[in-house]
Amino acid sequence: MIILKTEDITAGYTEIDILHDVHIRVRSGEIVSVIGPNGAGKSTLLKTIFGILKPRNGNVTFRHEDITGLKPDRIVRKGISYVPQVDNVFPSLTIQENLEMGAFIRNDDYSQRLDEVYDLFPVLRERKKQKVGQLSGGQRQMVAMGRALMLDPQVLLLDEPSAGLAPVLVSMIFEKIKEINATGVAMIIVEQNARGALKMAHHGYVLAMGRNVLDDKGEALLANEEVARLYLGG
Amino acid sequence: MAELFIYGIVLGSIISLGAIGLTLVYGIIRFANFAHGDFLTAGAYIALFMVTGVLSWIGIPDSNFGSLSFGWRMAIAFPFSMLAVGCVAIVLDRVLYRKLRRKASGAVIFAMSSLGAAFIIRMIIFILWGADSLFYRPGILRPALELPLGIKIRPDQILILLLVVFLITLLHFFLQNTKMGKAMRATADNMELALISGIDTERIIIWTWGIGGALAAAGGILYGIDVQLHPHMGWNFLIPLFAATILGSIGNMYGALIGGLTIGVAQQVSTAFLLPTYKPAVAFIIMILILLIRPQGIFGGRS
Ligand SMILES: Nc1ncnc2c1ncn2[C@@H]1O[C@H](COP(=O)(O)OP(=O)(O)O)[C@@H](O)[C@H]1O
Ligand SMILES: [Mg+2]
Repeated sequence: MIILKTEDITAGYTEIDILHDVHIRVRSGEIVSVIGPNGAGKSTLLKTIFGILKPRNGNVTFRHEDITGLKPDRIVRKGISYVPQVDNVFPSLTIQENLEMGAFIRNDDYSQRLDEVYDLFPVLRERKKQKVGQLSGGQRQMVAMGRALMLDPQVLLLDEPSAGLAPVLVSMIFEKIKEINATGVAMIIVEQNARGALKMAHHGYVLAMGRNVLDDKGEALLANEEVARLYLGG
Repeated sequence: MAELFIYGIVLGSIISLGAIGLTLVYGIIRFANFAHGDFLTAGAYIALFMVTGVLSWIGIPDSNFGSLSFGWRMAIAFPFSMLAVGCVAIVLDRVLYRKLRRKASGAVIFAMSSLGAAFIIRMIIFILWGADSLFYRPGILRPALELPLGIKIRPDQILILLLVVFLITLLHFFLQNTKMGKAMRATADNMELALISGIDTERIIIWTWGIGGALAAAGGILYGIDVQLHPHMGWNFLIPLFAATILGSIGNMYGALIGGLTIGVAQQVSTAFLLPTYKPAVAFIIMILILLIRPQGIFGGRS
């Protein structure tokens, strides 16, 4: 079943369009990776899906419901969570408080979910009283993902989860992403690390200059010579 | 000197109440509210209206608590005025500042609008109460208590300190331990991420204005009890409020508390060497010095 899709999305920050007729489909439980050069509009696409930007044209559909133009605080209630590329934690709050903010809209007892998130990232449990501003980049990324997972979303949007991390941390984060996916969460992952992102993807999309260039199964894109030459650094 | 220091702490605690509201509002919507001083004035006069008007008409007795200069009327007027000014602040945000936010107006537009709002509040008070100094209870000077070191302190002043400690403790508890308080700190950290997390940031903004207005009202009333009421009282506090806020790092509530106490003490102690009329200048000079030497303030996190 297609859980999330965009059709003919045209959007931008000013009068200038950044995205042109972008379409993307996510099936339930699937990892979809979006790759493309810097400035291609990958982050812009996630912001548009999540309602931070209003598309000028096209629509976003989640589980057969048109969610185009809804505000982020509405969309998050539908079952989509989003981890932005930058500024994705509350630095002056503790780890635990960051996770609590992820569960802000829940009025039930979410202590079990909190435990699950701490089980996924045990290092966070050890430091739950520590301010997030003092953490390393890898730990911050875990907090950011943990915050987004508190609502048990059906779809998780991840913008460059491995950006700026040391190689050993990149593979750790990618492992965590696979673990999260194994619990049934569908994802759209935007990555500079295109090879790593395509390896774990069920399906991949290549964006360039705000347009769809190509899409195929993850391994098919990895095997594609032109993709390798243009987007995977040879 | 020790006495001036104690009086400085009393004045500083009042400045802190105003500065905390100013800094909370700035932390959330990044906007320096020049009408904040006049929230203090509004609070003081709304309490006056209650004490000498409404509450006397409905027959609340005029007796005092022990050796304090006020009694039940003030005990009722105080929270009422906090609530009222909290509402004034919220209404001002809804009808004026929110519109400017929606249009993404620049800092100058915000500054001018809040100056305009400040004038309107002050003019209403001038029209209703005139330009003279007023007292909650004219003509009575309570005897001061003698402390060691020859310090004379009035019971009112002790109560002012206790009340400020109480209000700040309450606010601290709210911010650290309640869901809404944590969401307020989260929104101050990163408003877009708060929205992404499903936090209704407009509701947070309303709470922030309400708390800021209520604390300002408390500060204004306490100053009215300690000294006197005047339509310019809050306006004259504006420089000390900003000095305290900047000194304590703008956006930082605990910084504003320390900043307020520092400015209050500096202002009072300066009267040992300077004419009291120079008190505002002392706050102004401290503010300029901080801006020159350490613009991010002593707790210097966010700039
Ligand atoms: N906040 C913004 N305001 C205006 N233009 C922006 C903003 N953010 C990104 N852009 C522009 O949009 C284009 C696409 O950016 P982005 O979506 O961040 O690319 P990517 O994530 O693929 O690197 C770039 O040309 C960038 O300059
Ligand atoms: Mg990007």
